[in-house]
Amino acid sequence: MSFDSVLGAVDSIWELLLRAITLRDYNTRIVLGGTTLLGISSGLVGTFLVLRKRALAADVVSHSALPGIAIAFLVAERLAPGSGRSSGILLLGAFVSSLLGMGMTMCIRRWTRIKDDAALAIVLGLFFGLGMALFTVVQRTKTGNAAGLQHFIFGKAASIVAADVWLIADVSAVVTLLCCGLFKEFSLLCFDEEFAAARGYRTLLLDGMLTLMAVTVTLIGLQSVGLLLVVALLLIPPTAARFWTHHLKSMAVLAAAIGGLSCAIGVLLSAAFPRLAAGAVIVLSGSLLFVISLIFGRSRGLWPRWQSQREFEQRIGRSDLLRACFEYLEPLFNVAEINAGKLQSVKIPATRLLQMGRWPESHFQRLTSSAQKSGLLQPSHDGWQLTTDGAVEAMHVTRQHRLWEIYLLTQTDLDPRLVDRGADGIEHVLDAEQLAHLESLLSTESGSGIPPSPHLIAGAANSHGP
Amino acid sequence: MSVSVIDHEAMTSPVEPPSASATASPATIPLSIEDVTVAYHRRPVLWNIDYQAPHSKLIAIVGPNGSGKTTLIKAILDLVPRAAGRVQIFGEEYRTQRHRVGYVPQRTSVDWDFPVSALDVVAMGLYRQIGWLRPVTRKHRESAKQALDRVGMMDFASRQISQLSGGQQQRVFLARALVQNADLYFMDEPFAGVDAATERAIVDLLRSLREAGKTVIVVHHDLQTVHEYFDEVVLLNMRLIAAGPTGDVFTTENLRKTYGGKLALLDQLSEKMARPRSL
Repeated sequence: MSFDSVLGAVDSIWELLLRAITLRDYNTRIVLGGTTLLGISSGLVGTFLVLRKRALAADVVSHSALPGIAIAFLVAERLAPGSGRSSGILLLGAFVSSLLGMGMTMCIRRWTRIKDDAALAIVLGLFFGLGMALFTVVQRTKTGNAAGLQHFIFGKAASIVAADVWLIADVSAVVTLLCCGLFKEFSLLCFDEEFAAARGYRTLLLDGMLTLMAVTVTLIGLQSVGLLLVVALLLIPPTAARFWTHHLKSMAVLAAAIGGLSCAIGVLLSAAFPRLAAGAVIVLSGSLLFVISLIFGRSRGLWPRWQSQREFEQRIGRSDLLRACFEYLEPLFNVAEINAGKLQSVKIPATRLLQMGRWPESHFQRLTSSAQKSGLLQPSHDGWQLTTDGAVEAMHVTRQHRLWEIYLLTQTDLDPRLVDRGADGIEHVLDAEQLAHLESLLSTESGSGIPPSPHLIAGAANSHGP
Repeated sequence: MSVSVIDHEAMTSPVEPPSASATASPATIPLSIEDVTVAYHRRPVLWNIDYQAPHSKLIAIVGPNGSGKTTLIKAILDLVPRAAGRVQIFGEEYRTQRHRVGYVPQRTSVDWDFPVSALDVVAMGLYRQIGWLRPVTRKHRESAKQALDRVGMMDFASRQISQLSGGQQQRVFLARALVQNADLYFMDEPFAGVDAATERAIVDLLRSLREAGKTVIVVHHDLQTVHEYFDEVVLLNMRLIAAGPTGDVFTTENLRKTYGGKLALLDQLSEKMARPRSL
């Protein structure tokens, strides 16, 4: 391939992309507007579905639409040949059979002991099987092949026409209004259905409304995304949004935004590259946003969590190191000397420090060098010495640790041998306020403000004398 | 206050409905249960329960696992259908008295990973009062904060609920019921799995509710604290074994009837009750 032809290809791709993005095509604008609205409303409804733990219900809705579509087509063709392709009639059929499917799962849930997931799978299988069987019948009719019914399975955003966009816009508006108006009620239903019922809410009615919204959004999504993937459009945006926030309102807004955005990206990409199926691209862009959220999401993303975990471990490691230093030095001085700042005058042999903390060698090296970098420790041959800052910090850390130990010993009936490990874990969780409370509980008798350790210190006190 | 200990033999003969006694008119009786029976899948879980709760008392419902304690509360609140019987709250149907009844479900009955703050959960207690289509306003948030303050959780108002300890979550649940300012409270195992500080906070709260003239009915598991915390006990094991003031009703004999053959537990208990309490 010559350089020129590559350049030419890039040029034409750019041209296509530009055409799509600048919305020069009336058709692209229509499709873009419709699907973006669809994404927004499905993000909203999906938020409540996910929180209600009804994620799979959306799958049942979409799959149980299939026999309805086929039957609607066959009946319409029988009554008035040629009318079977009208999307209004097909959607009506889909609506009825989806409602039947949902109703059936609700009945199974209510009146039998079959578990939720099994009930969903049974209904899904039943309706989808029936739908596929009916589709073979449809295909044998004269017009069946050309009817484009398979769009409902795999989706074709480009087949959206202006009339469909108005339908989508109307449905989205109603869904958005309902979600905003009944936000309180839906969130209470999702969080604590029983409490809602005790307070006099008709939970069956609320649940029915939520289901109805899910059914409606799923059905208008069928045409553009297809029944196999429409469930992803409902579930991916809220799940992605959850990584960024702990607040229901921001989660709903974010889910709507992610839903709208992934639809817009999908439509634009498939307009630029007409051979890409819009439904698939929409779901893939949603998935991409999901992966980004999973990794970087501020509230629960993997990266921020890993970082804060690492910070936490470093803090614990440093406190343990400084406390080990203090506990090594403690028997060498009296209270007055400690308060006068004698701690930093003595070298601590590295081997002894290592014994006290029971760290693995490599971990110990990391700890000491990071403490050195922070100006808490300074090396002196074969050992370490506390700096002035380090001594202050070591006293503080030890005091905190021992307060907690004493608290555990006096307030609960723990075996003293267990306390040290427990305190190691938890002292780092105490904040200043709790500490003040602890201090008032246990006014200490020792002058340095550091209460004596209530147990023997491993590797220290008994093994070296003054 | 008379002690109504219902004999097992007596249960077979038609039980006289507890007469609205001469001293109290129906409207002042917080809770009156008459002949209530509840069945799940045709298997009865509660048989012919009769009980009248006295005013301004702390009342414990005690019984072994599966004895229908939670079911009794749910039947009272119309959360499970009653096969038979009648429940009256302050002399009326519960339907008309919801605003006077606060309910604290078991803490484990909800998913605490839900994306709301402690304050949001407490505000849920006000949703009914706020009404459909209306938003939660500053005024409502203020009263939610006050309720949080009463359970010592003011500092945690904006904390996401999954980041609270079990005891703190329980206190948030209590605050959600408190914010309603009801006259009769039902609490399902508020002491289950909470730390000592929370237990003390809850006990203080219960007492302050009683001071304010409220009636609190609590499903309780810890037999050792019944005497200390509660004025009145309802002993339940599918039937009402006994009900009345703790001193009269909470006897070894009645406990034996309630807990049946589980003697080991009883021996342990009586041994513990004989020992002086160490705190």
